[in-house]
Amino acid sequence: MQMRDFVVRFAGEGGQGVVTSAEGLAQSSTQVGYHALTFATFPSQILGGPTWTQARISVDPVQAPGDDVDVLVAFNREAYDNHYAEVREDGVVIFNSTEFDLEGDSRAFGLPVEELARSTGNNRAANMVIMGALAHLVNMPHEYLEEFVERRFSRGREGDDEIIRSNLQALRLGREHIALSGFNLGELAPSKMPEYQQLMIKGNEALSLGAIAGGLDFYVGYPISPATPILLYMERNLIGKDRFAYQVSSEIESITAILGAGYAGKRAMTATAGPGVSLMSEGLGLSWVAEIPLVVVDVQRGGPATGLPTKTEQSDLMSCMFPAHGDVRVPVIAVGTVEECFYGAVKAIEWAEKYQGPVILMSEMALAERAQNIPKPDLSKVKPAQRWVYEGNNGYQRYAGYELSPMPLPGGPGAYVANGSEHDDIGDTTHLPERHIQMTQRRFGKIKLLEEEYYEREGAEHSVAILPWGGSKGPAQEAYDILKRQGAPVSWYYTMYLNPLPPKLLEELKQKDLVIVPELNYQGQFSSILRAAGVKAESITQYTGLPFKARTLVERISEMTNFRLTEAVGV
Amino acid sequence: MSKKNPEYDFKWCPGCGDFGVRRALEFAMIDRLEETGLPMENNVVVAGIGCSGNLVHLLEGDQPYGMHGIHGRSLPIALGVKMARPELNVVVVAGDGDFLSIGGEHIGPQAARNLNITAVIMDNGVYGLTKGQSSPTTKLGVITSSTPYGKIESQINPLELYLTLGVSYIASGFSGQPRPLSRLIKQGMEHPGFSIVHVQSPCTTYNDTFEELKGNPRKGIEPTLWEVPDDHDPSSKAAAYDVIQRGGLPVGVVYNDESRPALEQRVEQMWDTARARSAEELMASFEF
Ligand SMILES: Cc1ncc(C[n+]2csc(CCOP(=O)(O)OP(=O)(O)O)c2C)c(N)n1
Ligand code: SF4
Ligand SMILES: [Mg+2]
Repeated sequence: MQMRDFVVRFAGEGGQGVVTSAEGLAQSSTQVGYHALTFATFPSQILGGPTWTQARISVDPVQAPGDDVDVLVAFNREAYDNHYAEVREDGVVIFNSTEFDLEGDSRAFGLPVEELARSTGNNRAANMVIMGALAHLVNMPHEYLEEFVERRFSRGREGDDEIIRSNLQALRLGREHIALSGFNLGELAPSKMPEYQQLMIKGNEALSLGAIAGGLDFYVGYPISPATPILLYMERNLIGKDRFAYQVSSEIESITAILGAGYAGKRAMTATAGPGVSLMSEGLGLSWVAEIPLVVVDVQRGGPATGLPTKTEQSDLMSCMFPAHGDVRVPVIAVGTVEECFYGAVKAIEWAEKYQGPVILMSEMALAERAQNIPKPDLSKVKPAQRWVYEGNNGYQRYAGYELSPMPLPGGPGAYVANGSEHDDIGDTTHLPERHIQMTQRRFGKIKLLEEEYYEREGAEHSVAILPWGGSKGPAQEAYDILKRQGAPVSWYYTMYLNPLPPKLLEELKQKDLVIVPELNYQGQFSSILRAAGVKAESITQYTGLPFKARTLVERISEMTNFRLTEAVGV
Repeated sequence: MSKKNPEYDFKWCPGCGDFGVRRALEFAMIDRLEETGLPMENNVVVAGIGCSGNLVHLLEGDQPYGMHGIHGRSLPIALGVKMARPELNVVVVAGDGDFLSIGGEHIGPQAARNLNITAVIMDNGVYGLTKGQSSPTTKLGVITSSTPYGKIESQINPLELYLTLGVSYIASGFSGQPRPLSRLIKQGMEHPGFSIVHVQSPCTTYNDTFEELKGNPRKGIEPTLWEVPDDHDPSSKAAAYDVIQRGGLPVGVVYNDESRPALEQRVEQMWDTARARSAEELMASFEF
């Protein structure tokens, strides 16, 4: 049988080209019609130090990093020692024999990467030596990578020809060399170039682009892993007249500055991680009470406190939905794929204006840094969010009644005080019980405006459902596909709208005997929220700092549903 | 809005210094509007939390825009308003506790940015709204509700702090003189950068310093307030330092440096080197 996908992990020292190799492999594969995504955890030290990145190459679109490592490319001895145990039994280890020697692992083969590169006359062709070897292991047709090399280096510059020649030679050397090993993983099914235009993009980049496409005009932030790339992207690109991007001096400044900007008429956003969300608590409450549109992105990492800054986790849901003291329940969108990073951001900006309040957009480390090919979003279908602006006279009652009302723009008519204390119609402080009742109901009532129709749904006739959230969508989807193939009576539901949930989805979930929620936290945060809403939900939890493996989920779901698997799970 | 709005349920105590500051701010905004021809709605008053911050609800006549946010954060809120809409006149009103204690971390960054707003600080040497606890400007040894055996921290000198942090316009005023105070505030609004007008605004209920400030010849009390003389050169940091060190409480412009561009000007300069790109263009760089 032909292989549908394979996973290559590159491991070594920071600065050895570990990340570029993985991203290069992903990129070259997508350019010949495969699908690819990368997965990385970062070393916690700044320079050097052990690091690894893996690329999963697949004939079909995939959304998870893959359970097993088919090929390990070890740049040094330490990398081999740390990772060989994760290589599947009949996998292959390619080690850099220019760097170290290895004996006693029958899966391992030494490739003198640097020597071979040097012999082409181009030291920088080392990557291509490895690519050539990898292509051979999966019987990928030669032309694929050769075409890639020619396209990539035909830049109309002097010396292109020579670079192309040396890279082609490097590919061949890698291939010929590994052929000596006699190793082979099987045959990767041929690729099929999608009909649609694609982007190769990381989660944080897609999210930034989505926000800009959604109409963002004001961004401030404070550096924090894994959200920093969004700040850097905005500082490079969200500049010019009527647009602003800036690094402020804390997350307290971030939230309060976007409060000011949102009040003054801008579609404003900041991005942070858990520690920043904690600092923004009071400001988010102000945004809710004073009815000021803004978006806060939480790119989750492991918590609490400084926690696991460079690992992935889904443990901020409670903090995001209930970020502040008092009666508050903030709208939350949690993205589950790189493509959703784009559309989730568009939606978050839209929601903030639609109900005039704070929206939290949740992403996570594993998505933020994932590079993946996605269909190019059709910008003609993305409408920038619009502010509902008050156009009457002065003497406006901004907070009258229970319904959303237009917002005056400072400088124009309708001056009022946006007040974080409980207030009356014109925004003056008051503590009358009837006002607190009115304003509380007004604030919660507006959430209805955000109820969406769409959600993913399959096999709805079954009384047991799988409902992942955020980045666990990918592995859960793979687990569901396996279970479905084996005839397990389970249904699939998914939405990125966690608060409010699409009302029809909630209705359906309430009918189920069991809703299984895979999530990367200890407490089972989403399932608690669902149980409070009347859903018989139970979590599958994991708190390792790493994403789920599909296999783990298949096993756990089978146990929970007393389903007997008919075949071993090989993902 | 107090006179018009019976629902509004906060009142300053009789004789509170903040009445005079309100008057001065109204004068300054009106004078400025008469000169510029802009409507009152061009002003945004960002208020801290405290008796002082309530000023935003108590302005008489035409109403400016206002934001009454959270304790200590009026400066970064003002940062957002101003950088979103540089054409607006943004004024912060806050107390000594709000501005110098919980919000103290925001003064330095705005000074470095030279954020073009005006902060009017009502210093009464006490936390008024929470009923009389000690504040950063309460004197050493003073007994307050939170310092039953006397305050054990030194009093800070706000003017010295502002000068050290690089605030580009520093004025010191007194709430008992609304007209002269309004001129200090208006000059601050016209100043192209970060201006602070630090006002002695006594709390008649918890820390009544009127007599101390103005003096009382009958009781032989010398006033602590003194006028900054005409020959003071406010563009000189050294001269400003001398004024601050002289003791007592100066009234007038202490420091005024107009040589530094404001943040919004620096941002505009950046537009020359930076290339703004549309979502379409940005997306194209990820295509393959
Ligand atoms: C985060 C937070 N902490 C504490 C308070 C309680 N609080 C309200 S006003 C205030 C102090 C006000 O003092 P100051 O700024 O000097 O204003 P004044 O009332 O003297 O004008 C405090 C501590 C609060 N509202 N929010
Ligand atoms: S407590 Fe003091 S500061 Fe507050 S209103 Fe009364 S006099 Fe003014
Ligand atoms: Mg005070």
